[in-house]
Amino acid sequence: MSAPSRAELSDRGRAERRLGLVLSAPAVAVMLLVTAYPLANALYLSLFRYRLTAPDDRRFVWFSNYATALGDPLFWQDVLTTLVITAVTVAVEVVIGFAFALVMHRAVFARRTVRTAILLPYGIVTVISAFAWKYAFDLQSGFVNSWFGAGDFAWFSHRWASLLVIVLSEIWKTTPFVSLLLLAGLAQVPGDLGEAATVDGATAWQRLWRVTIPNMRAAILVAVLFRTLDAWRIFDNVFVMTSGQGKTETLSFLTYRQTITRTAIGLGDAVGVLLFLSVVLIAAVFIRGFRVDLSQVRGDR
Amino acid sequence: MESARSKWLWAVGSLLILVWTAVPILWIVMLSFKQPGEVGNRHGFLPHTWTWENYRTVFRTGLFTSALVNSIGISLIATAVGVVFATLVAYAIARLEFPGKRAILSFALAIAMFPVVSLVGPLFDLWRDIGLYDTWPGLIIPYVSFALPLAIWTLSAFFREIPWEMEQAAQVDGATSWQAFRKVIVPLAAPGVFTAAILTFFFCWNDFVFGISLTSTDNARPVPAALAFFTGASFFQQPTTAICAAAVVVTVPVVVIVLLFQRRIVAGLTAGAVKG
Repeated sequence: MSAPSRAELSDRGRAERRLGLVLSAPAVAVMLLVTAYPLANALYLSLFRYRLTAPDDRRFVWFSNYATALGDPLFWQDVLTTLVITAVTVAVEVVIGFAFALVMHRAVFARRTVRTAILLPYGIVTVISAFAWKYAFDLQSGFVNSWFGAGDFAWFSHRWASLLVIVLSEIWKTTPFVSLLLLAGLAQVPGDLGEAATVDGATAWQRLWRVTIPNMRAAILVAVLFRTLDAWRIFDNVFVMTSGQGKTETLSFLTYRQTITRTAIGLGDAVGVLLFLSVVLIAAVFIRGFRVDLSQVRGDR
Repeated sequence: MESARSKWLWAVGSLLILVWTAVPILWIVMLSFKQPGEVGNRHGFLPHTWTWENYRTVFRTGLFTSALVNSIGISLIATAVGVVFATLVAYAIARLEFPGKRAILSFALAIAMFPVVSLVGPLFDLWRDIGLYDTWPGLIIPYVSFALPLAIWTLSAFFREIPWEMEQAAQVDGATSWQAFRKVIVPLAAPGVFTAAILTFFFCWNDFVFGISLTSTDNARPVPAALAFFTGASFFQQPTTAICAAAVVVTVPVVVIVLLFQRRIVAGLTAGAVKG
C-alpha cells in the first residue's frame, strides 16, 4: 500500500471536520434553542416592569426588579429554605449513599436484588414520591403518626416539620444516584492498598478514612456537585407537598410563582436570572475551588 | 477472609436497603386499594377493605387517560429524537477530529446544570407566540434538549469501548465513513444506545416543571402535572386513593424496565461519571 499524498490527507481531514460538525449540529441547535434564546430573553425582560396582564404598561426600569427581589425579605427567606434543604439532603445522601454503596460492594447475599431495589426510587416519578411521603405523614391518610406515636401532630403546619418531610422524599428519591456513583468509585479503589493497610495493623475505620475515601475523592466530588445543583433547584416535591405555604417556598418555586402564576414577567425573570447566577456560582466554586475534574464527566479526558 | 459475623452484618444492611426502598412504594400500592372513604377514618398501612374502585375511577376519568396517552407519546417521541441526536454527537466526539469538540461537551455540561425554572417564563412566552404552547412538540423540544447531556455522556463512554479497527477495516474494503458507521458500528453500539434510551425515557417520564408550565389542557398535559392538579372524581370524594391508583399505573412501566434492564441502567448512570 502506497502512502497517501498530502492533498488526499487534508481532503480527508476536511471531510472529517465537516462530518463532525454536521453530526453535532442537530443536538447543539436544540440545546441552544431551548436555553440560549430564552435566557437572553429573560435577561432582557428582567430589565422591564412588565406584567402579562397589562402588556401596554411595559416600561424599561434598569435593575429595579433586581433591587425589588434582593430587597425583599421573602427572597432571603426562600434562599435560606433552599440552602437548608440542599445542605441537609446532600449531607445525608452522601452518608447513606456511601453506606448503600459499601453494602452493594461487599454483600454476597442477594446482590442483584439489592441493586434492582435501589434503582426503583431512581425510576419513580418525583411527583409520585412526593405524594407517597405526603400521604404517609398527612393527618387524614397517614400511618406515620399512629405508628410512631406522634398523636395528631400536623407535620405540614410547621415550617421545619414540613421541610423535614420534603427533605425525606428528596433523599429517598435521589440517594440511588449517589450510591451508584460511589459504588463505581469504590470499584476503583485498589484492593491491595487496603490489604497492605490491614497488614500494617490498621482498623477497619482507619482503612475507610485513610485509604478508601481519599482514593474515591473524584467520585465523591462529582456526586456532591451534581446533587448540590439538583437539590438547589428543588421544585416538584415542594409543589406537591406544601405549594410553598408555611414558609417552605424555594427559589425555583418563587421563580415559577412570579412568572407563571402571577405573570409578573419582569420580576419573575429577574428572580430566574438570580437563580441561574447562583447555579453558576455553585458550579464555579466546585470546579475551581475543589478542582472537580469534569473532563472525566464530559467524556473528553 | 470475611468472617461469619461481618457476612451477617452485610446481609442485615441489604435487608435494610430493601425495606427502605420498598416501604414508600408499597404504601402507594396499599393506598390505591383502599376505599376512598377509609382515608381520614382509619390510619393503618394496609387497606381495611380491598377494592379496585380507584382503578376504575382513574380509567373512567378522561383527564387521566388523556394524560397517560400524552405522557407515553411525548416521552417515546422525545426519547427517539434525543437518542438519535445524541448518537450522532457521541459518534463525532468519540471518532472524529473537528473544531469545537470540547466546546460541545462543556455546553452539554452547562445544560445539565441549568436551573430549568429560569427558562419556563421565557419559553412560556415564546411558545405562545409561535403556537407551541399546550402542544406535544412544545414539550418534546425541551425534553430532548435537557435529556441530551446525559445521553451524550453515556453514549460517548460506550463508544470509547467499541473496537473501532473494524470500522477502518470496512473503510479499507471500500466503505465510506457513513457506510462504516451505519453497517459496522451501529450494531456494535446498540447496547449503549439502548441504555441511553432508558435514561432519556426516565427523564421525560419524570418531568414536572415543563408539564405544568407549558400546558393548560388535556391536549398535552402529562401525568405528573395532571396528578398534581387532580381534585377527585367528584367534589365530595377525597382524591387521595384515586391519585395513588394513577401513580401505581405510571409506576408499573418503570418497575418493569428496572427489573429487566437493571445492569444496563447501572452501567449507563456510572459510565463517564467516574472513569479512572
